[in-house]
Amino acid sequence: MKFELTDEQTGFAEAITDLMRSADSVVVARAWAAGDTASGAGLWKRLADLGLTALVVPEEDGGLGGTLVDLAVAFEVLGHELAVGPWIESAALAPQLEGEMVTAAAAPLAPYAADAQVARLLSGTAGATHASIDTTRTLTEVSGGDPFDDAAIDRAVLACAAQLVGAGERVLADTVTYAKQRKQFGREIGSYQAIKHQLADVRIALDFARPLVFGAALGEVPVSAAKVYASDAANLAARTGLQVHGAIGYTAEFDLSLWLNRIRALGTAWGTPAFHRGRVLAHITSTAPAGSPAEVI
Amino acid sequence: MDLTLSESELAFQAEVRAWLAANVPAEPLPSMDTAEGWALHQEWEAKLAAERLSVVSWPRDVGGREASLIEWIIFEEEYYRAGAPGRVSQNGIFLLAPIIFDHGTPEQQARFLPSMATGETIWAQAWSEPEAGSDLASLRSTATRDDERGGWVLNGQKTWSSRATYAHWGFGLFRSDPNSAKHAGLTYYLFPLDAEGVTVRPIAQLDGEAGFAEIFFDDVFVPDADVLGAVGAGWNVAMSTAGNERGLSLRSPGRFCAAADRLVDLWKTNGDAAPQARDAVVDAWIGAQAYRLFTWGTVTRLADGGEMGAAGSINKVFWSELDIQLHETGLDLLGADAELLETPWMDGFVFSLSGPIYAGTNEIQRNIIAERILGLPREPKGLSNKEVAR
Ligand SMILES: Cc1cc2nc3c(=O)[nH]c(=O)nc-3n(C[C@H](O)[C@H](O)[C@H](O)COP(=O)(O)OP(=O)(O)OC[C@H]3O[C@@H](n4cnc5c(N)ncnc54)[C@H](O)[C@@H]3O)c2cc1C
Repeated sequence: MKFELTDEQTGFAEAITDLMRSADSVVVARAWAAGDTASGAGLWKRLADLGLTALVVPEEDGGLGGTLVDLAVAFEVLGHELAVGPWIESAALAPQLEGEMVTAAAAPLAPYAADAQVARLLSGTAGATHASIDTTRTLTEVSGGDPFDDAAIDRAVLACAAQLVGAGERVLADTVTYAKQRKQFGREIGSYQAIKHQLADVRIALDFARPLVFGAALGEVPVSAAKVYASDAANLAARTGLQVHGAIGYTAEFDLSLWLNRIRALGTAWGTPAFHRGRVLAHITSTAPAGSPAEVI
Repeated sequence: MDLTLSESELAFQAEVRAWLAANVPAEPLPSMDTAEGWALHQEWEAKLAAERLSVVSWPRDVGGREASLIEWIIFEEEYYRAGAPGRVSQNGIFLLAPIIFDHGTPEQQARFLPSMATGETIWAQAWSEPEAGSDLASLRSTATRDDERGGWVLNGQKTWSSRATYAHWGFGLFRSDPNSAKHAGLTYYLFPLDAEGVTVRPIAQLDGEAGFAEIFFDDVFVPDADVLGAVGAGWNVAMSTAGNERGLSLRSPGRFCAAADRLVDLWKTNGDAAPQARDAVVDAWIGAQAYRLFTWGTVTRLADGGEMGAAGSINKVFWSELDIQLHETGLDLLGADAELLETPWMDGFVFSLSGPIYAGTNEIQRNIIAERILGLPREPKGLSNKEVAR
């Protein structure tokens, strides 16, 4: 029994983080949002060279033979560093041995294909295109696409949940930094309890969402449970992060906005909270055994 | 990451499960905060102890079976799943015993631990005072040196002491140096609750039962042999208990998983009449699973030699709020029957309401999380005892 990441896994996370920071992933994301996808494609290639898209492809098929825990580790970093491009599709839903950028729709969870303007659509015919609140995501209608099996869908949901935890962590970290610097009434705003307690609640929510993501990767709980909690926790981080920043957080120019909008988008992508709560309910009403409470202090 | 149990852990689990299935009373015992229920809970503790199941993680010579942390979690999971009686010995075995193991003399360990393990001696925690709650270090009860008799004389008042109505011994903090600043000059004492000069006055809780009590000290003599840890070091000694209470030992995941499973059962029978509770049922179940998995993470860290530290505060806020959420949802599913006393849900609900208050209020925990974990600037300092007195 051991419920923590191995040194190898934390090392892998660090390698992805370093690569993305050295490539200035936020600048890359802004360019991507503006329609200039060249630097994004370059960063994609470097991450694919690390093996990201082939991470969960079995070794005998030429992949890295990674586990779903490895996948969750990688996606948490992608969320933290604001990766752009159809990573969920190309590394989780339909892992790509050669690092190709692919996309797909998988209704009802993902009715649109993300980034079809640059990625190869795996099946079906592309239709109208829509903008997302997350300006780094372009959404395309697809007709006649092939369905995916449950395992593929579950991997995509897991990756999305892990990305939400990573994005929530980033918002919390940046907000804590801001609260230590910004002064009003002669004191750092982070010294006021109204601020402290809100940020403490975000810390708690994220600390309990992450074990569900890894627990889902191990098959201990349905991935839907992880998605529900991860999107709730990330949403709390986003709402709190915005409030603690005040007006500067409400601007497009300030980088926080990129994560706030990403969290809003991923919260309903790959299954809305209502959809996933329904799946959890189906799971527990068919399996839960009985017990009874015994309580003392 | 790997959550599979070893052969010996699985064998332990099977043994515990079988024993509980054969021995847990079919009908719930009467409340431990009544004379009748108290006696029956003590008997139950003796029965557990006879199997070395009352304190599985303790050394064998004081009644345990040297179970690992993992086995302890397994035990707790089985215990709550089986619907076994609440632990009347809880404050002793979970809050005091770790301190006696760490700070007690070998003589104290031999004297106090075995009867704690069998439930023969039940202990009450006497920390809070009428004027010292969250700000515990402002406590005013005193200990005065008595060289002639070789000990200390306690005076003052403690309150909100769980189980003190029927308990046999108490453990508490007293100011042994009247000139000391807040946290310094406190000493940790152990005392029989029937000692001369001790008066215990039961206090009825929200549900009317005398679950806690006030304790008055009027020149109560405590021999040196019953001082726990060094004189003047009481605060640090006590704070190691606070970590235990907040963190792992007071609230094992088994408790919440069992309650969540019962909630799901209730949903199956009553859900049609209360469809609006659907999301809350799901969230409560997910919350219990999150707590279970989080705890395995904590156990892994502790087993590798890590410490609980301020992370215990994260744990405490989460379980105490989860507990309320679980029971509120249960009551929602009962509709108009929610107010009836005959279901276990109202009992559990009333109990859960105290969770955010005891063991350090959730506001205090959030301060700790913000300052020690997130590193936000400290609160402006409060007043010292002397300034408060002025
Ligand atoms: C069921 C139950 C069992 C208990 N059992 C025991 C026991 O066995 N032994 C024992 O010694 N004690 C026990 N207690 C007492 C418990 O430890 C105290 O209630 C607790 O420490 C809070 O103290 P208080 O009640 O005096 O509240 P106060 O400290 O007066 O707090 C009142 C409110 O003010 C808030 N507050 C206080 N300070 C701050 C601050 N700095 N920042 C923000 N908010 C603040 C609190 O969070 C709370 O909401 C028990 C309490 C309950 C309810």
